[in-house]
Amino acid sequence: METLVAPNADDLHPDVALVERVRSGDLSAFEQLMKQYDRQIFRIAQHITQSREDAEDVVQDTFLKAYTKLDQFQGNSKFYTWLVRIAVNESLMRLRKRRNHPTVSMDEDIQTEEGSVPRDFADWAPNPEQLYRQTELAEILRNNVEKLSPGFRAVFALRDVDGLSTEETAEALGLSIPAVKSRLLRARLQLRERLSRYFRLPSGEQA
Amino acid sequence: MNCREFLERLEDYIDPQTATELRAELDTHAFGCSHCQVTFNTTRKTVEIYRNNELYELPQNLREKIQEAVMKKCSKMREANKDCSGSTSE
Repeated sequence: METLVAPNADDLHPDVALVERVRSGDLSAFEQLMKQYDRQIFRIAQHITQSREDAEDVVQDTFLKAYTKLDQFQGNSKFYTWLVRIAVNESLMRLRKRRNHPTVSMDEDIQTEEGSVPRDFADWAPNPEQLYRQTELAEILRNNVEKLSPGFRAVFALRDVDGLSTEETAEALGLSIPAVKSRLLRARLQLRERLSRYFRLPSGEQA
Repeated sequence: MNCREFLERLEDYIDPQTATELRAELDTHAFGCSHCQVTFNTTRKTVEIYRNNELYELPQNLREKIQEAVMKKCSKMREANKDCSGSTSE
Protein backbone atom coordinates (compact mmCIF):
# COMPACT_ATOMS: atom_id res chain seq x y z
CA MET A 1 0.00 0.00 0.00
CA GLU A 2 1.29 3.37 -0.95
CA THR A 3 1.03 6.09 1.63
CA LEU A 4 -0.52 9.35 0.59
CA VAL A 5 1.64 12.37 0.11
CA ALA A 6 0.72 14.65 2.96
CA PRO A 7 -0.78 17.89 1.69
CA ASN A 8 0.14 21.18 3.33
CA ALA A 9 -1.02 21.31 6.89
CA ASP A 10 -3.10 24.36 5.97
CA ASP A 11 -5.05 22.35 3.41
CA LEU A 12 -6.05 19.64 5.83
CA HIS A 13 -9.72 19.53 6.68
CA PRO A 14 -10.25 19.48 10.46
CA ASP A 15 -12.04 16.13 10.04
CA VAL A 16 -8.78 14.53 8.96
CA ALA A 17 -7.28 15.21 12.39
CA LEU A 18 -10.38 13.72 14.03
CA VAL A 19 -10.13 10.63 11.85
CA GLU A 20 -6.49 10.26 12.83
CA ARG A 21 -7.46 10.42 16.47
CA VAL A 22 -10.10 7.74 15.97
CA ARG A 23 -7.52 5.56 14.28
CA SER A 24 -5.25 5.88 17.24
CA GLY A 25 -8.05 4.66 19.47
CA ASP A 26 -9.73 7.89 20.61
CA LEU A 27 -13.44 7.16 20.45
CA SER A 28 -14.45 10.63 21.58
CA ALA A 29 -13.19 11.92 18.23
CA PHE A 30 -15.59 9.59 16.48
CA GLU A 31 -18.42 10.81 18.66
CA GLN A 32 -17.53 14.33 17.62
CA LEU A 33 -17.74 13.37 13.94
CA MET A 34 -21.06 11.71 14.50
CA LYS A 35 -22.51 14.70 16.31
CA GLN A 36 -21.29 16.87 13.49
CA TYR A 37 -22.94 14.94 10.68
CA ASP A 38 -25.79 12.76 11.98
CA ARG A 39 -28.49 15.31 11.15
CA GLN A 40 -27.37 15.65 7.53
CA ILE A 41 -27.08 11.90 7.12
CA PHE A 42 -30.59 11.51 8.50
CA ARG A 43 -31.93 14.11 6.07
CA ILE A 44 -30.28 12.48 3.04
CA ALA A 45 -31.44 9.01 4.09
CA GLN A 46 -34.95 10.28 4.59
CA HIS A 47 -35.04 11.77 1.12
CA ILE A 48 -33.86 8.56 -0.48
CA THR A 49 -35.86 6.06 1.58
CA GLN A 50 -38.86 8.36 2.05
CA SER A 51 -39.23 6.81 5.46
CA ARG A 52 -38.38 8.20 8.82
CA GLU A 53 -37.88 4.79 10.43
CA ASP A 54 -35.57 3.60 7.68
CA ALA A 55 -33.62 6.84 7.89
CA GLU A 56 -33.07 6.34 11.61
CA ASP A 57 -31.66 2.87 10.94
CA VAL A 58 -29.54 4.24 8.12
CA VAL A 59 -27.93 6.78 10.47
CA GLN A 60 -26.97 4.03 12.87
CA ASP A 61 -25.72 1.65 10.18
CA THR A 62 -23.80 4.39 8.36
CA PHE A 63 -21.78 5.39 11.40
CA LEU A 64 -21.12 1.82 12.42
CA LYS A 65 -19.92 0.98 8.95
CA ALA A 66 -17.81 4.14 8.85
CA TYR A 67 -16.17 3.09 12.09
CA THR A 68 -15.40 -0.41 10.95
CA LYS A 69 -14.16 0.72 7.53
CA LEU A 70 -12.25 3.75 8.65
CA ASP A 71 -9.03 2.20 7.38
CA GLN A 72 -10.44 2.48 3.88
CA PHE A 73 -10.86 6.22 4.16
CA GLN A 74 -7.90 7.52 2.23
CA GLY A 75 -8.09 11.18 2.95
CA ASN A 76 -8.15 12.10 -0.73
CA SER A 77 -11.83 12.95 -0.42
CA LYS A 78 -13.59 14.81 2.34
CA PHE A 79 -14.64 12.63 5.24
CA TYR A 80 -18.20 13.89 4.87
CA THR A 81 -18.38 12.90 1.19
CA TRP A 82 -17.08 9.46 2.09
CA LEU A 83 -19.71 9.20 4.81
CA VAL A 84 -22.47 10.25 2.43
CA ARG A 85 -21.40 7.53 0.03
CA ILE A 86 -21.89 4.94 2.77
CA ALA A 87 -25.24 6.49 3.68
CA VAL A 88 -26.51 6.38 0.09
CA ASN A 89 -25.58 2.71 -0.18
CA GLU A 90 -27.20 1.91 3.15
CA SER A 91 -30.35 3.76 2.07
CA LEU A 92 -30.58 1.83 -1.18
CA MET A 93 -30.04 -1.37 0.76
CA ARG A 94 -32.95 -0.50 3.06
CA LEU A 95 -35.18 0.06 0.06
CA ARG A 96 -34.15 -3.29 -1.32
CA LYS A 97 -35.00 -4.99 1.97
CA ARG A 98 -38.29 -3.18 2.30
CA ARG A 99 -39.43 -4.06 -1.17
CA ASN A 100 -37.82 -7.45 -1.03
CA HIS A 101 -36.65 -6.52 -4.44
CA PRO A 102 -33.03 -7.04 -5.38
CA THR A 103 -32.82 -4.47 -8.15
CA VAL A 104 -33.00 -1.18 -6.25
CA SER A 105 -29.82 0.57 -7.25
CA MET A 106 -28.56 3.88 -8.49
CA ASP A 107 -29.52 2.77 -11.96
CA GLU A 108 -33.04 1.62 -11.31
CA ASP A 109 -35.50 3.10 -13.77
CA ILE A 110 -32.82 5.40 -15.06
CA GLN A 111 -33.49 4.30 -18.64
CA THR A 112 -37.07 5.47 -18.61
CA GLU A 113 -37.61 8.47 -20.78
CA GLU A 114 -40.74 9.59 -19.00
CA GLY A 115 -40.47 13.23 -18.13
CA SER A 116 -37.03 13.63 -19.64
CA VAL A 117 -38.41 15.92 -22.26
CA PRO A 118 -40.76 18.64 -21.10
CA ARG A 119 -44.28 18.28 -22.41
CA ASP A 120 -46.23 20.60 -20.18
CA PHE A 121 -45.66 24.20 -21.14
CA ALA A 122 -48.39 25.80 -19.07
CA ASP A 123 -47.00 28.47 -16.82
CA TRP A 124 -47.49 28.15 -13.08
CA ALA A 125 -49.29 30.43 -10.69
CA PRO A 126 -46.93 33.18 -9.49
CA ASN A 127 -46.64 31.67 -5.99
CA PRO A 128 -47.63 28.06 -6.50
CA GLU A 129 -46.84 27.04 -2.94
CA GLN A 130 -49.54 29.40 -1.71
CA LEU A 131 -52.23 27.46 -3.56
CA TYR A 132 -52.04 24.75 -0.92
CA ARG A 133 -51.81 24.57 2.83
CA GLN A 134 -48.39 23.59 4.14
CA THR A 135 -49.49 20.04 4.97
CA GLU A 136 -51.13 19.58 1.56
CA LEU A 137 -48.03 20.85 -0.19
CA ALA A 138 -45.83 18.47 1.79
CA GLU A 139 -48.14 15.60 0.85
CA ILE A 140 -48.11 16.52 -2.84
CA LEU A 141 -44.34 16.64 -2.82
CA ARG A 142 -43.98 13.39 -0.93
CA ASN A 143 -46.29 11.53 -3.29
CA ASN A 144 -44.53 12.80 -6.35
CA VAL A 145 -40.98 12.50 -5.11
CA GLU A 146 -41.75 8.91 -4.11
CA LYS A 147 -42.50 8.15 -7.75
CA LEU A 148 -39.00 9.17 -8.80
CA SER A 149 -36.46 6.36 -8.91
CA PRO A 150 -34.19 6.06 -5.84
CA GLY A 151 -31.23 7.05 -8.01
CA PHE A 152 -32.91 10.30 -8.95
CA ARG A 153 -33.94 10.96 -5.36
CA ALA A 154 -30.35 10.49 -4.28
CA VAL A 155 -29.04 13.05 -6.78
CA PHE A 156 -31.78 15.45 -5.75
CA ALA A 157 -31.10 15.01 -2.05
CA LEU A 158 -27.37 15.57 -2.37
CA ARG A 159 -27.41 18.50 -4.80
CA ASP A 160 -30.62 20.33 -3.99
CA VAL A 161 -31.13 19.61 -0.33
CA ASP A 162 -27.68 19.00 1.05
CA GLY A 163 -26.04 21.43 -1.32
CA LEU A 164 -23.09 19.21 -2.29
CA SER A 165 -21.25 20.35 -5.42
CA THR A 166 -21.58 18.37 -8.64
CA GLU A 167 -18.08 16.98 -8.03
CA GLU A 168 -18.86 15.91 -4.47
CA THR A 169 -22.17 14.38 -5.55
CA ALA A 170 -20.36 12.43 -8.27
CA GLU A 171 -17.88 11.15 -5.75
CA ALA A 172 -20.53 10.24 -3.19
CA LEU A 173 -22.63 8.38 -5.74
CA GLY A 174 -19.77 6.79 -7.63
CA LEU A 175 -20.89 8.46 -10.86
CA SER A 176 -19.14 10.60 -13.42
CA ILE A 177 -19.79 14.35 -13.42
CA PRO A 178 -21.74 14.25 -16.72
CA ALA A 179 -23.87 11.41 -15.31
CA VAL A 180 -24.70 13.48 -12.23
CA LYS A 181 -25.59 16.48 -14.36
CA SER A 182 -27.80 14.48 -16.66
CA ARG A 183 -29.57 12.69 -13.81
CA LEU A 184 -30.13 15.90 -11.95
CA LEU A 185 -31.65 17.50 -15.02
CA ARG A 186 -33.90 14.52 -15.64
CA ALA A 187 -34.91 14.28 -12.00
CA ARG A 188 -35.80 17.96 -11.92
CA LEU A 189 -37.70 17.77 -15.20
CA GLN A 190 -39.65 14.72 -14.12
CA LEU A 191 -40.66 16.34 -10.87
CA ARG A 192 -41.47 19.58 -12.67
CA GLU A 193 -43.76 17.71 -15.03
CA ARG A 194 -45.56 16.03 -12.14
CA LEU A 195 -45.92 19.20 -10.10
CA SER A 196 -47.18 21.09 -13.11
CA ARG A 197 -50.53 19.33 -12.70
CA TYR A 198 -51.01 21.01 -9.35
CA PHE A 199 -49.45 24.37 -9.93
CA ARG A 200 -50.33 25.29 -13.49
CA LEU A 201 -52.45 28.30 -14.26
CA PRO A 202 -55.87 27.43 -15.63
CA SER A 203 -55.50 27.52 -19.42
CA GLY A 204 -55.86 30.97 -20.89
CA GLU A 205 -54.60 32.79 -17.81
CA GLN A 206 -51.29 34.56 -17.89
CA ALA A 207 -48.95 34.69 -14.93
CA MET B 1 -29.08 28.06 -29.86
CA ASN B 2 -32.11 25.82 -30.37
CA CYS B 3 -34.54 24.40 -27.77
CA ARG B 4 -32.67 21.12 -27.50
CA GLU B 5 -29.39 22.86 -26.79
CA PHE B 6 -31.12 25.14 -24.33
CA LEU B 7 -32.55 22.16 -22.47
CA GLU B 8 -29.15 20.50 -22.38
CA ARG B 9 -27.78 23.61 -20.70
CA LEU B 10 -30.75 24.11 -18.36
CA GLU B 11 -28.63 23.02 -15.40
CA ASP B 12 -26.14 25.75 -16.19
CA TYR B 13 -28.91 28.29 -16.50
CA ILE B 14 -30.23 27.40 -13.05
CA ASP B 15 -26.73 27.49 -11.57
CA PRO B 16 -26.04 31.09 -10.48
CA GLN B 17 -22.31 30.58 -11.04
CA THR B 18 -22.58 30.05 -14.77
CA ALA B 19 -20.23 32.22 -16.82
CA THR B 20 -21.80 35.39 -18.17
CA GLU B 21 -21.15 34.58 -21.83
CA LEU B 22 -23.09 31.33 -21.68
CA ARG B 23 -25.77 33.02 -19.62
CA ALA B 24 -26.19 35.69 -22.26
CA GLU B 25 -26.61 33.02 -24.93
CA LEU B 26 -29.21 31.23 -22.83
CA ASP B 27 -30.96 34.51 -22.09
CA THR B 28 -31.21 35.27 -25.79
CA HIS B 29 -32.85 31.93 -26.52
CA ALA B 30 -35.23 32.10 -23.53
CA PHE B 31 -36.25 35.62 -24.45
CA GLY B 32 -37.54 34.50 -27.82
CA CYS B 33 -38.98 31.11 -26.81
CA SER B 34 -41.92 30.98 -24.44
CA HIS B 35 -41.79 27.18 -24.02
CA CYS B 36 -38.19 27.26 -22.87
CA GLN B 37 -38.92 30.21 -20.65
CA VAL B 38 -41.74 28.31 -18.94
CA THR B 39 -39.60 25.18 -18.65
CA PHE B 40 -36.82 27.18 -17.05
CA ASN B 41 -39.05 29.11 -14.64
CA THR B 42 -41.02 26.09 -13.51
CA THR B 43 -37.92 23.92 -13.15
CA ARG B 44 -36.26 26.56 -11.03
CA LYS B 45 -39.44 26.77 -8.96
CA THR B 46 -39.49 22.98 -8.61
CA VAL B 47 -35.99 23.07 -7.15
CA GLU B 48 -36.98 25.85 -4.79
CA ILE B 49 -40.12 24.07 -3.57
CA TYR B 50 -38.23 20.84 -3.11
CA ARG B 51 -35.42 22.55 -1.26
CA ASN B 52 -37.76 24.37 1.09
CA ASN B 53 -39.72 21.28 1.94
CA GLU B 54 -38.15 20.16 5.18
CA LEU B 55 -38.87 16.60 6.13
CA TYR B 56 -38.72 15.63 9.77
CA GLU B 57 -35.79 16.75 11.83
CA LEU B 58 -34.23 14.03 13.88
CA PRO B 59 -35.58 14.72 17.39
CA GLN B 60 -32.89 15.43 19.96
CA ASN B 61 -33.77 12.53 22.28
CA LEU B 62 -33.72 10.04 19.43
CA ARG B 63 -30.49 11.55 18.15
CA GLU B 64 -28.85 10.99 21.50
CA LYS B 65 -30.19 7.45 21.65
CA ILE B 66 -28.73 6.60 18.26
CA GLN B 67 -25.40 8.23 19.13
CA GLU B 68 -25.25 6.27 22.35
CA ALA B 69 -26.06 2.97 20.65
CA VAL B 70 -23.42 3.53 17.98
CA MET B 71 -20.75 4.57 20.47
CA LYS B 72 -21.48 1.54 22.61
CA LYS B 73 -21.01 -0.81 19.68
CA CYS B 74 -17.88 1.01 18.53
CA SER B 75 -16.45 0.73 22.01
CA LYS B 76 -17.13 -3.00 22.05
CA MET B 77 -15.46 -3.39 18.68
CA ARG B 78 -12.44 -1.46 19.86
CA GLU B 79 -12.10 -3.69 22.91
CA ALA B 80 -12.47 -6.82 20.78
CA ASN B 81 -9.76 -5.57 18.42
CA LYS B 82 -7.42 -4.87 21.29
CA ASP B 83 -7.98 -8.35 22.64
CA CYS B 84 -7.27 -10.19 19.44
CA SER B 85 -4.61 -8.02 17.85
CA GLY B 86 -2.47 -7.22 20.87
CA SER B 87 0.32 -5.00 19.60
CA THR B 88 -0.06 -5.07 15.84
CA SER B 89 0.15 -1.58 14.45
CA GLU B 90 3.20 0.67 14.35
